[in-house]
Amino acid sequence: MDSKIPRTVPIQSATFTKEVNAEIRRAAATGIYDIRGGGAKRRVPHFDDLLFLGASVSRYPLEGYRERCNTSVTLGTRFAKNPIKLDIPITIAGMSFGALSGQAKEALGRGASSAGTSTTTGDGGMTPEERDHSTKLVYQYLPSRYGMNPNDLRKADAIEVVVGQGAKPGGGGMLLGQKISDRVAHMRTLPKGIDQRSACRHPDWTGPDDLEIKLLELREITNWEVPIYVKISGTRPYFDTALAVKAGADVVVLDGMQGGTAATQDVFIEHVGIPTLAAIRPAVGALQDLGVHREVQLIVSGGVRNGADVAKAMALGADAVAIGTAALIALGDNDPKWEAEYQNLGSTAGAYDDWHEGLDPAGITTQDPELAARLDPIDAARRLRNYLKVMTLEAQTIARACGHNDLCNLEPEDLCALTVEAAAMAQVPLAGTEWYPGKPGTGY
Amino acid sequence: MLTYDLEAEGLRGLNSSLQRQTIDTNQNNWEVVNPKGSHAIAVGLDAEIEVTVRGSTGYYCGGMNQQATIHVEGSVGPGVAENMMSGVIIVDGDASQYAGATGHGGLLVVKGNASSRCGISMKGIDIVVHGNIGHMSAFMAQAGNLVVCGDAGDALGDSLYEAWLFVRGSVKSLGTDCIEKEMRQEHIALLQDLLARAESDAKPEDFKRYGSARQLYNFDVDSNTIY
Repeated sequence: MDSKIPRTVPIQSATFTKEVNAEIRRAAATGIYDIRGGGAKRRVPHFDDLLFLGASVSRYPLEGYRERCNTSVTLGTRFAKNPIKLDIPITIAGMSFGALSGQAKEALGRGASSAGTSTTTGDGGMTPEERDHSTKLVYQYLPSRYGMNPNDLRKADAIEVVVGQGAKPGGGGMLLGQKISDRVAHMRTLPKGIDQRSACRHPDWTGPDDLEIKLLELREITNWEVPIYVKISGTRPYFDTALAVKAGADVVVLDGMQGGTAATQDVFIEHVGIPTLAAIRPAVGALQDLGVHREVQLIVSGGVRNGADVAKAMALGADAVAIGTAALIALGDNDPKWEAEYQNLGSTAGAYDDWHEGLDPAGITTQDPELAARLDPIDAARRLRNYLKVMTLEAQTIARACGHNDLCNLEPEDLCALTVEAAAMAQVPLAGTEWYPGKPGTGY
Repeated sequence: MLTYDLEAEGLRGLNSSLQRQTIDTNQNNWEVVNPKGSHAIAVGLDAEIEVTVRGSTGYYCGGMNQQATIHVEGSVGPGVAENMMSGVIIVDGDASQYAGATGHGGLLVVKGNASSRCGISMKGIDIVVHGNIGHMSAFMAQAGNLVVCGDAGDALGDSLYEAWLFVRGSVKSLGTDCIEKEMRQEHIALLQDLLARAESDAKPEDFKRYGSARQLYNFDVDSNTIY
């Protein structure tokens, strides 16, 4: 062949990328779908696609360091005798003992409590350590009912009936055998070492009419004292929120597709459910249409990372947010200091998501006693507290700049969108315009 | 015996009164009249008291019961004895879906028939049904014993863990990973005790035992087509 003839440059397919091809080869070799932890990693419209407008001639700002900006929020004011009052509108999302080490759960409780907020159990029941270290603990009521008992139910400060999770709408929990230790197996009444794949539906109710009766039962058992949340995934947020309200929820927790999980199929995480940004306005719209916006509080989760995200979620109508993945990172998850060990596991810091294997070098998503001992719950709690404080300060900074003396006063009019997609989802104008797709009265 | 008129006095008063009882009180025997299919009757009890419901109930009668003995002189709606921890619940009539769902302990006796998903996700409860049970019963049942003196519907014990299932009559079909197992002396003795406590005159020797084949406990690519 004449070497002087120009040759076609090899072109990598945009469809069959290196990652796609590697996954095809992995699936062909193993016969099992990819399982991992965390939330959606693909780029989807998110809070970064929104901007705050800030004060100007038409609005005046509050002094950043001198004028008060309230951050407290009260959840569960609709029916419960004892609503939960939080100092900050950032809660810790449900994560199980089993998925996480005992030290990690303790750190979440300590950190959340010192920041004046709540933490949440997960699929596997309540541990004494978790209860003892959490000033305000939300008890998840899940389809599996692992570890579920009325004594723990009555120890809770609120109950969260989990209908859906953003990472896997329509899917059940998963905890693989490597993490089913003696204690986890005992708490869940399961044989040690099995691959636990729990139910996706509640065993004793099926639709919204049943749910209403289930909530009645839970209230009767807990003497109508504690708030009952209903957690839904971001799928059909308008109808799901409306039905949760109809069933009697005090609080609706809305989890978008960036919300994490301990373990599920990658195809589930990346291809089922809608982005958090797209889910908020329909949910708020349902609350408004039913005349219960602010009476039934809305907690939004799924990809909340900083105070700007908190402020944006609240401006779109949320009363509070919940964080999971971000809280784990604050504790020490995916810290570059463990890079050599991540490399040994075939990953790298920032990308490690094989949480189901129980080999987490940071000692967080593991049941291995030696790995778990790497996490000092007190130090980790301090980091979480600091992080929560920073997020709160950031949100306050933005709220004051927009002229608000309370985070709850943030509103859609404070926002604009950088992309047409984000404008359509958030129902706020494209930056520099008065327009967004679907705006009433515009005809398109 | 204390009489509580549910229709006149309301559900909240009933449950709060029953939940306040302790073994130290002398109010250990209660009757509930005019239940009229109400939901969540006698839920969350936690004392060795006896409650007799004179009529039929709605959803979740005796939910999360601990220690108490609840006798329903009628039929019950869905989820009777759901998540029961201990105690005894006796139903003279039939039970709707999910009887004994996720129960951790205690004894549930249904003297009539039980509908679908009886014993779903049970975690240690004992259930004795004098009549038949519906489809998908003992789905994902983890622990405890389900005794059926009549017939069982489709997909009995699907995705079963370590619960034991005993059926005297026919089984329309077994669920995934559920198989017939040997009846040993320990099972006969267990059945004898449960049948006696449930006031059934069925003979243990007439039952067959079903349990988990344990083929789904860990993922195997060659098993995934059986669903």
